Amino acid sequence: MMNKRTLLASLVLAALGATGAAQAAEPLRIGMIATYSGPYADYGRQFDAGVALYLKEHGGKIAGRPVEIVRKDTGGPAPDAAKRMAQELIVRDKVSVLTGLDFSPNAYAVGAIATQAKVPAIVMNAASSAITTSSPYVARLSFTVQQVTDPMARWMLKEGIKEAYTVVADYASGADAETAFKKAFAAGGGKVVGGVRTPMNNPDFSAYVQRIKDAKPQAVFFFFPSGVMPPAFLKVWKERGLEEAGVKLFATGEATDDSYLDATGDVALGLITSHHYSYAHKSPKNEKFVKDFVAQFGTSMRPSYFAVTAYDAMAAIELALAKTKGDTSGDKVMEALKGLSFESPRGPVEIDPVTRDIVQTVYIRKTERVDGRLVNVEFDKFDRVKDPAKEAK
Amino acid sequence: MGIVIFDGVAYGMLLFLIGVGLSITMGLMNFVNLAHGTFAMVGGYAASVLMARLGLGFIPALAAAFVAAAVVGAVLEVVFYRRLYRAHPLDQVLLSIGVVFVSVAAFTWGFGPSMQPFNLPPWLDGQVSLGGFEVGRYRLFLIAAGLVVFAGLLLGLGKTRYGAMVRAAVDNQRVAGGTGIHVQRLFFLTFSLGCGLAGLGGALSLGMLGLEPTFPLKYLVYFLIVVCVGGAGTIVGPFIAALLVGVVDMAGKYYLPEAGAFLIYVFMIIMLLLRPNGIVPRKGLA
Repeated sequence: MMNKRTLLASLVLAALGATGAAQAAEPLRIGMIATYSGPYADYGRQFDAGVALYLKEHGGKIAGRPVEIVRKDTGGPAPDAAKRMAQELIVRDKVSVLTGLDFSPNAYAVGAIATQAKVPAIVMNAASSAITTSSPYVARLSFTVQQVTDPMARWMLKEGIKEAYTVVADYASGADAETAFKKAFAAGGGKVVGGVRTPMNNPDFSAYVQRIKDAKPQAVFFFFPSGVMPPAFLKVWKERGLEEAGVKLFATGEATDDSYLDATGDVALGLITSHHYSYAHKSPKNEKFVKDFVAQFGTSMRPSYFAVTAYDAMAAIELALAKTKGDTSGDKVMEALKGLSFESPRGPVEIDPVTRDIVQTVYIRKTERVDGRLVNVEFDKFDRVKDPAKEAK
Repeated sequence: MGIVIFDGVAYGMLLFLIGVGLSITMGLMNFVNLAHGTFAMVGGYAASVLMARLGLGFIPALAAAFVAAAVVGAVLEVVFYRRLYRAHPLDQVLLSIGVVFVSVAAFTWGFGPSMQPFNLPPWLDGQVSLGGFEVGRYRLFLIAAGLVVFAGLLLGLGKTRYGAMVRAAVDNQRVAGGTGIHVQRLFFLTFSLGCGLAGLGGALSLGMLGLEPTFPLKYLVYFLIVVCVGGAGTIVGPFIAALLVGVVDMAGKYYLPEAGAFLIYVFMIIMLLLRPNGIVPRKGLA
């Protein structure tokens, strides 16, 4: 297992752009702690793609300095490894910013190191709400589970759905989704009539789906991490004829993650989900992003919300360094990140000045077949959604 | 109630289809082959790639999956496994778990870390009415396939000359060799058969389990439960065990969802306490 991999991907880009005075500039080192091997290796690939796109657009430079990305592979959720890697990156590689952070446990571990070393950590995916509260040196550009779950509950109420059943995977984020959904749904006058938590390593969902079929709720909301669980659930859902039985199905965007949607297949058709990014998002910024992505990486890999967040993280670093006039000291960068707002391929995003968490539009989408490919087509939205778990406090 | 048992039986059949090959290699040949899931994965990938890229039908793809896994098994047998038939079980475990890790990395490299696309053929999609229940066609097909394989193996190992030679070689290799049985070739064929069955099971599982490179590790524990509870080296034992595991798992999830997948382990512990050598122990162990 490779747990230490240092690639200097930007050297070529830097060489292209190094035509003048910038040649002498000290490179800006960014430490990337992500998953490059094992079952979640796709996360690292998407991060790299997003970062590479941004750097290519900007001549390989941020704030006039060539960028050097130092990559570390955690191989999945591994807080101890992530912590050690953060230490190495700060002490030995002298990075100015830590980023990546796909899994929440890793982000918590790195947050503690960021606090000690006063080095900013920018979260590119980890969705557990309290990560930004755990350290003043953490800012998040991805999303929280609650942030995308809460609008789904509100949208369902708007559509006249009064009772719902919840199905979530039995792990921290699943519990977060369940709690957020129940709270938002009850607050709007809805009633959660039942729920089930399924084990993470669950080969067959037929017993759970049968249970739902016998309970006959008006609607079902489910949350599973992206990957093999949503398609397995959707297959049984279709096989059991729940749709014909009149039970409506809703989920968060993980269920129709662009990285897995092709493999999920037709069982996802018509599913309504809520999330912050679909690569079919209609905006000039996103169309350009997708076009550049395809030009560079082909069509076999779709830009997912991982790639977009990685792209945005680079943009945020650039904007923050523009505010500090190139000063990379932790406190100044964090101060500059607070309240930052800019246009991302997913739409307008802001970093909340108080919580350092992202504020963004959450879209309601439906899976449809467009030009022969399954895509998440956005048709409704909730503007400027903050993390509801923090607002409550 | 009926539907829960039906689903449990279908699920159990799937476990039997994938696990029976392991019972053959582990029981008959005394080889602790933890890489069994790798051969199931080879079959699954062969079937899904042939169907998605070459438009092969589901049934030909199943045959191709069997052949692909058997060929890969044959090659590995000649190159690695053959050397360790008489080795300590720990060496066998180390070799085969190594094969698992290598295969996970190789498939990630070759096919990417994401799940393989698969759609059931239309004739297996949806439900049919059977004795008052709406049952899934695919699950019905699994049960049929399981019964065919079960009957085929019983006849093949119990009634044919080949089966008699296998049983003789397992009971006493030296004497079997002395009577003119080519033991090495026999084990080679049997190992390939076990791998081929795993491949078939892997391909049949496509409609239920998601296929991705970590498949061999993810479901290893289920295969081992089936073989340990059933009794390695028999065909009837894993068959009964797989059905019991399937039904217990399904009923547990339906009636006691709070207990979740935990119930199956409790079941395993109780069964192993009651019958430490398996439901149908091999001759000489009872």
